[in-house]
Amino acid sequence: MPEVLTAPPPVARRRGNPLRKASPRLVLMVLAVATLIAIALFMTVDLKGAIGYALKLRGIRVGAMLLVAIAVGLSTLMFQTVTSNRLLTPSIMGFDALYLLIQTSLVFTLGSSTLLTAAPALKFGIEVVLMVAFSALLYRWLFTGGSGSLHLMLLVGIVIGTLFRGFSSLLQRLMEPSDFLILQDLFFASFNQVEPVLLGISAVIIGVIAVIAWRLRHSFDVLALGRETAINLGVDHRRTVSLVLVMCAVLVAVSTALVGPVTFFGLLVVSIAYQLVRDFSHAWLLPITVLLGAVTLIGGQLILEQVFGFNTALSIIIEFIGGLLFIYLLLKGSLK
Amino acid sequence: MLAPALSRTAATEDSSAVAVRRTRGPGEKTALALGALGVLVLAVISIFVGVTNVSAPKLLAGDLDAWQMLWVSRLPRTLAVVLAGTAVAVAGLIMQLMVRNRFVEPSTVGTVESATLGILVVTVAFPAAPLLAKMGIASLFALGGTALFLAVLSRLPLRNTLIVPIVGIMLGGVIGSVTTFFAYRYDLLQTLSNWMIGDFSGVLRGRYELLWIVAALTIVGYIAADRFTVAGMGADFTTNLGMNYQAIMRLGLVIVSLISAVVVTTVGAVPFLGLIVPNIVSLLFGDNLRRAVPWTAIFGAGFVLICDIIGRTIRFPYEVPVGMVMSVLGAIVFLALLLKTRTRNA
Repeated sequence: MPEVLTAPPPVARRRGNPLRKASPRLVLMVLAVATLIAIALFMTVDLKGAIGYALKLRGIRVGAMLLVAIAVGLSTLMFQTVTSNRLLTPSIMGFDALYLLIQTSLVFTLGSSTLLTAAPALKFGIEVVLMVAFSALLYRWLFTGGSGSLHLMLLVGIVIGTLFRGFSSLLQRLMEPSDFLILQDLFFASFNQVEPVLLGISAVIIGVIAVIAWRLRHSFDVLALGRETAINLGVDHRRTVSLVLVMCAVLVAVSTALVGPVTFFGLLVVSIAYQLVRDFSHAWLLPITVLLGAVTLIGGQLILEQVFGFNTALSIIIEFIGGLLFIYLLLKGSLK
Repeated sequence: MLAPALSRTAATEDSSAVAVRRTRGPGEKTALALGALGVLVLAVISIFVGVTNVSAPKLLAGDLDAWQMLWVSRLPRTLAVVLAGTAVAVAGLIMQLMVRNRFVEPSTVGTVESATLGILVVTVAFPAAPLLAKMGIASLFALGGTALFLAVLSRLPLRNTLIVPIVGIMLGGVIGSVTTFFAYRYDLLQTLSNWMIGDFSGVLRGRYELLWIVAALTIVGYIAADRFTVAGMGADFTTNLGMNYQAIMRLGLVIVSLISAVVVTTVGAVPFLGLIVPNIVSLLFGDNLRRAVPWTAIFGAGFVLICDIIGRTIRFPYEVPVGMVMSVLGAIVFLALLLKTRTRNA
């Protein structure tokens, strides 16, 4: 395994970067203020018509974006910590593709009309259970195998994603055009069609996991040192990693079921967080990653809507930037 | 699978001239003939599969409708399948030789995605452009995308076998996201999925002939195959042997990009074909190049024929595009190849 692709040691490597000199407390405060400003602007800019109704709609969207920022940020950060790798994210390992496959299979077997009239909570529950079951199986299989090659694991994850996408498009081709149109809306992450009921359920689930993650923050610092060191320092490595993987699975399942796939979002946010913070302690990384996610989503959506007049294309743009960043990280890692 | 493949080349390097003469014996020729016969049988089966009844007795009885059907639809379709299958598999082989990596092919390094972007651009900008012009633009984009991949690759001094396809797939993903973005803006998403998924159902007489260009390119690839192996060893090595490294790489690039662009514009993307067939051929027959190219062609044609027949019968009388059958089958085979590497390394 190339040394450079593992998690960095908890000291700043490049002293020349002025951003690194910022204290984590300052970064956190700036981000918190920026998040509040973004939320305030998002709620108030260009507000007209029935103000109460519009505020309620916008509130739901802000809530959804906040939840997604927490879920994606936490899951990516935890995933990278336990795998000691800064390239792996749950979504690169094929999660978004599984989501598409499950959506497509549901529309295909039940028909879009049944799906639209079904209780959203039921549909949501089925999706979450399926995704957690899949991830538990896949990750157990990948991480307990004796391979040791990170790149192999990454490639296997990508190919599994391709396989799921292949199955999805096979089913899409076999379905009615009207069903396809409804399905098409589900392909892109959208913050416009979130059910208030789901928002509540998701908030509870994500909240519980966020609390657990916060309590585990010191264990994460130890886990980031690598498997052997962590065991030497008295962490029950196998148990903690299993727990974290299940937590990640639930978070990703909830966020994808809530708004759809956002592949590279986590990678983007966590990489920026590592660039900003001098101190790699998880007590700082956890809240900073979440706030960065919130600013990116809410601010990005605000700019897209108000400046460019787009609706739901934010995820495509994130995909593009995140993909470039991924290639850059790969190249940088290999060049050293 | 990779380590043995490489050591095999090393072992045969000094005796390759002898090996070529020794291995292409009469037994090999018979096997090749049998393989070609197998493709022919599949092709005949493919001709007689379909909704309209085109059967041998009908043809013999001089049924004009049946002959018409055969002439306008069935024969062109089968020819297109054989031509595309052969060409894409050989293009994959050439690419693997050029970058010396077993996990690389036009659809895992962004060539296909670039060609698709090219078609999208020309569809939006000049909707009335003739097919040939569309193909030209698509080829230019494919060339650019492949060159970009090679440029990125040359910046990777550490040529980890697995990192090369990861970079390629991600590059393809980035190009694909640009394509999706504009397709979404111009409401062309469903059209886009037609290009991204290989499908022979639209092939009629007059709509496949451009694939003969691809056949010619495949033959050029066969003639130049040895050079690509040499070029894969690096610029210095090639120059020491008195060859023009840049010229060989350019030739390879043009062949691979043109094949990808023509196939994408006429039938759509055929995923994993160029990856799987050369690997299977390598497992069965070793890495002797002159032997590998004809076998790659035969297996490529046969594989696509089988997938197309499956696609046409799995939900008779409706059709499933061959690209979907292939992406599912291909991904499974690719996973098997990868995990084989894993157990061998462990």
